Amino acid sequence: MTDSLIELKNLRCERDERVLFEGLDLQVNAGDIVQIEGPNGCGKTTLLRVLTTSSVDYEGELYWSGKALNISKLDYLNQLLYVGHLSGIKKALTPRENLNWFSGINQGHKRCSIEVALEEVGLFGFEDVPCHHLSAGQLRRVALARLFLTPARVWILDEPFTAIDKQGVANLERLMTEHAAGGGCVILTTHQDMTIQSLRKINLQSYRGVAA
Amino acid sequence: MGLESSVTSPTSAEGSLQAQPLITPSIWSGFWATFKRDMLIAVRHRGEMANPIMFFLMVITMVPLGITPEKGILQILAPGMIWVVALLATLLSLDGLFRSDFEDGALEQLLMSPQPLYFQVLAKVLVHWLTTGLPLTVMAPLLGVMLALPAEGFLPLVCSLLLGTGCLSLIGSIGAALTVALRKGGLLLSLIIMPLYVPVLIFGSSAVSSAIEGFPMGGQLAVLGAFLAFAIMLAPIAAAGALRISVNG
Repeated sequence: MTDSLIELKNLRCERDERVLFEGLDLQVNAGDIVQIEGPNGCGKTTLLRVLTTSSVDYEGELYWSGKALNISKLDYLNQLLYVGHLSGIKKALTPRENLNWFSGINQGHKRCSIEVALEEVGLFGFEDVPCHHLSAGQLRRVALARLFLTPARVWILDEPFTAIDKQGVANLERLMTEHAAGGGCVILTTHQDMTIQSLRKINLQSYRGVAA
Repeated sequence: MGLESSVTSPTSAEGSLQAQPLITPSIWSGFWATFKRDMLIAVRHRGEMANPIMFFLMVITMVPLGITPEKGILQILAPGMIWVVALLATLLSLDGLFRSDFEDGALEQLLMSPQPLYFQVLAKVLVHWLTTGLPLTVMAPLLGVMLALPAEGFLPLVCSLLLGTGCLSLIGSIGAALTVALRKGGLLLSLIIMPLYVPVLIFGSSAVSSAIEGFPMGGQLAVLGAFLAFAIMLAPIAAAGALRISVNG
């Protein structure tokens, strides 16, 4: 049973008069884990920014569950979780305060308590430690704790495994598989090899346009 | 709060995610979340918060030293001087309004939140006002004493600053949003915002001087109030639009 969540039709992105990709058609169904591949600078982050609606520099059409995105935008944003290169974590605040803010500006309710989410990412006991005392990997983990909290169906992750150790990567992969099995979808970029069986790979290189 | 609306996720395969419909949180929950977060950050960075206030204090202290300690001259200077310095102090603190959120990705998260950006901007501006405009207003009577402000000038000074600094924060947020993506936006920010500040300055300081001269000050305060009402309605919309452009670029 296929249930189309996100659909891209004939997407084309240009940056500084250079075509990053064109003619990109992609259908992401419930249960899909999609990895966007390609060398540095090929437009992976640009594509994710288009998908998170924070960039509108594109040509083509976007659909959310069968409806054009500009009609169903509020519903889409309600179902969206994005963890980017820049995590939005405030160093002056504790992980608990940071996660409360993320939850407050998004869906407002959580799937589990913040303590449980932080324990899941291996930060038990760090709930009330100001984030400037945490290491780069730990900060990344605070951002990824959002995955445990969010009720969103669509996860868009830009390089989620940066600075995460092997055990952490394995945990994340398990979490993504569970999420997909529960009817969600994941779109991510990474340069690491992933062990997920049902992974779909999209190589942006094959949509590369000729210089404009 | 009566603002909740439920958005049902599309029906499809059985799964934990589809089981319960997602509830769009009320606008206030998003407003509160941002307000609380920014207040906490402001409290933890007390040093930065004190910057504009110290500037205000220092400049006003130097006026009698630099110009003349003579009461008659200071009296004439006082309303305009306090207003000009309060305006510059606000301008100094504006650059950071959205800067740190832009740099650490929090702004991007705000833009893709299902919450209306208007209220998010309003929450940030409110925190900015509480940490600069309000302290400036509270300190102004003290500095009025230093500049030998006549007794009848104190009430209009506080009233006009209370209304005026609100306008300054709100109008300033538009400039801050427009220049947030520029590496050195400080100068441009001042150039964009200065002309918009002029009417606030004129009505603010003239409320004080006309009260000192024994005229009613209601007119000027009413105009400032109208500025504030318009700024609350329109400035966050403009700032939200500017933020979208800045992040998009």
